[in-house]
Amino acid sequence: MRIFAAICSQHMHLSWRSGQTMLAVSFLFIAITLLPFGLGPELNLLRALAPGLLWVVLAISLLTGLERLFQADYEDGTLDRLLLVPLAFEAVVLAKLLGHYLALVLPLILAVPLAGLLLNIEAARLPVLLAAMLCGSPALVLLGGIGASLAVSVRRGGLLTVLIAMPFYVPVLIFGAAAARAGLETGVAVGPYLGILAALSAASLLLAPFAIAAALRSALR
Amino acid sequence: MLKALENISAFYANPTRFMALARQVHRPLWALAIGVLAYGLYRVAYVPADYQQGDSVRIMFVHVPAAWMSLFGYSFIFIASVTALIFRHPLGHVAARAAAPVGAVFTLLALITGSLWGQPMWGTWWVWDARLTSVLVLFFIYLGYIALWQAIDEPTRAARAASILAIVGFINVPIVKFSVDWWNTLHQPASVSRLARPALHADFLYPLLIMGAGFLVLFLALTLTRMQMEVLRQRLRARARKGEPPHV
Repeated sequence: MRIFAAICSQHMHLSWRSGQTMLAVSFLFIAITLLPFGLGPELNLLRALAPGLLWVVLAISLLTGLERLFQADYEDGTLDRLLLVPLAFEAVVLAKLLGHYLALVLPLILAVPLAGLLLNIEAARLPVLLAAMLCGSPALVLLGGIGASLAVSVRRGGLLTVLIAMPFYVPVLIFGAAAARAGLETGVAVGPYLGILAALSAASLLLAPFAIAAALRSALR
Repeated sequence: MLKALENISAFYANPTRFMALARQVHRPLWALAIGVLAYGLYRVAYVPADYQQGDSVRIMFVHVPAAWMSLFGYSFIFIASVTALIFRHPLGHVAARAAAPVGAVFTLLALITGSLWGQPMWGTWWVWDARLTSVLVLFFIYLGYIALWQAIDEPTRAARAASILAIVGFINVPIVKFSVDWWNTLHQPASVSRLARPALHADFLYPLLIMGAGFLVLFLALTLTRMQMEVLRQRLRARARKGEPPHV
């Protein structure tokens, strides 16, 4: 458990110190800023589209951050060392994913209300949107990790990672956006959507660490 | 039965034996593919025009089998990858790699013919309908799989990574399918799957099944040819490593 915490906090510290967290949050706001230029400054239109746009922007921000999940450790040999740690490699992988989640994804989700403000979203919508993102984002990180681990030995494999991970993001986006939409209409229960998102996260939690560990092992061989 | 299958598969684990078999099967398989497709197209030419859709219904005889093959192709890759990864059968990776571009092209063909069919029927080239969308996502899954093979230089490493992706992606396909179905449905429900009483008239059904069989044999023929190429490419690489001249 101590080793698990150490790997997790080391990943978090490195993300913080190298400015990755700041970069990811800035990326989210830059994407949000570009949207009105493409769609026009009409506030009612932006308000109607806001939940979906925020989900898409969150997913893209996550995808761009995936490359950093294992690549640096692979290139400088840290990953080889982590294989020797007296802990199942799947647990090591999980520790790194948790570190990535805490250092990069949680700040992004916390930035969403502010970004929503820029898109003129109703305050009443935010709690449901945030709840949906909290339920769905673990799946995004775990499934994205599969793409990152498969492309780990490819130099500048960022785009490859995105191409591999994108199809896995479809279900989460569908139910995430549906939850956000249901949050506004009175009389539509949000619970089932949140349940499906949580189920997707739980299923990825069962599957992804094994796939990621297998992919990393074969890259390190 | 299972034991016999095991023996056969173990016998052809040797690439030289496989190549000998492939050389014999290769031509009859192609002849069968061309023959069945030609007969299917002949039947399609004499199908009566649909009372609502007119002659554009004939697109169906390419579109539907191509869509079948897109799913069959991915299942083929999955099974080949499992055989390679779990049973360590050396031809598994070769088969999976060979089938991927074939499956991807059938998927693209299904998308393009679907779009051509949708234009006169729905009045638009593309709708974000559930089945179109899930086939589009399947196409991206194919692209990611092919890109992964190409991106990793070291062959055994590429093979392992690709088979992991094939297996995880196979689990993903039904999840995408169901979530997209739930998200939006406008397409007519599958009309051939109800084998007992298909919703399709026999005039349409039999040419469709013949075309489906033709596409299946074509898929196998293309994959076999590509597998032969892949084995030859591996031999060339091995020769190049030893510094021998590249003639086979």
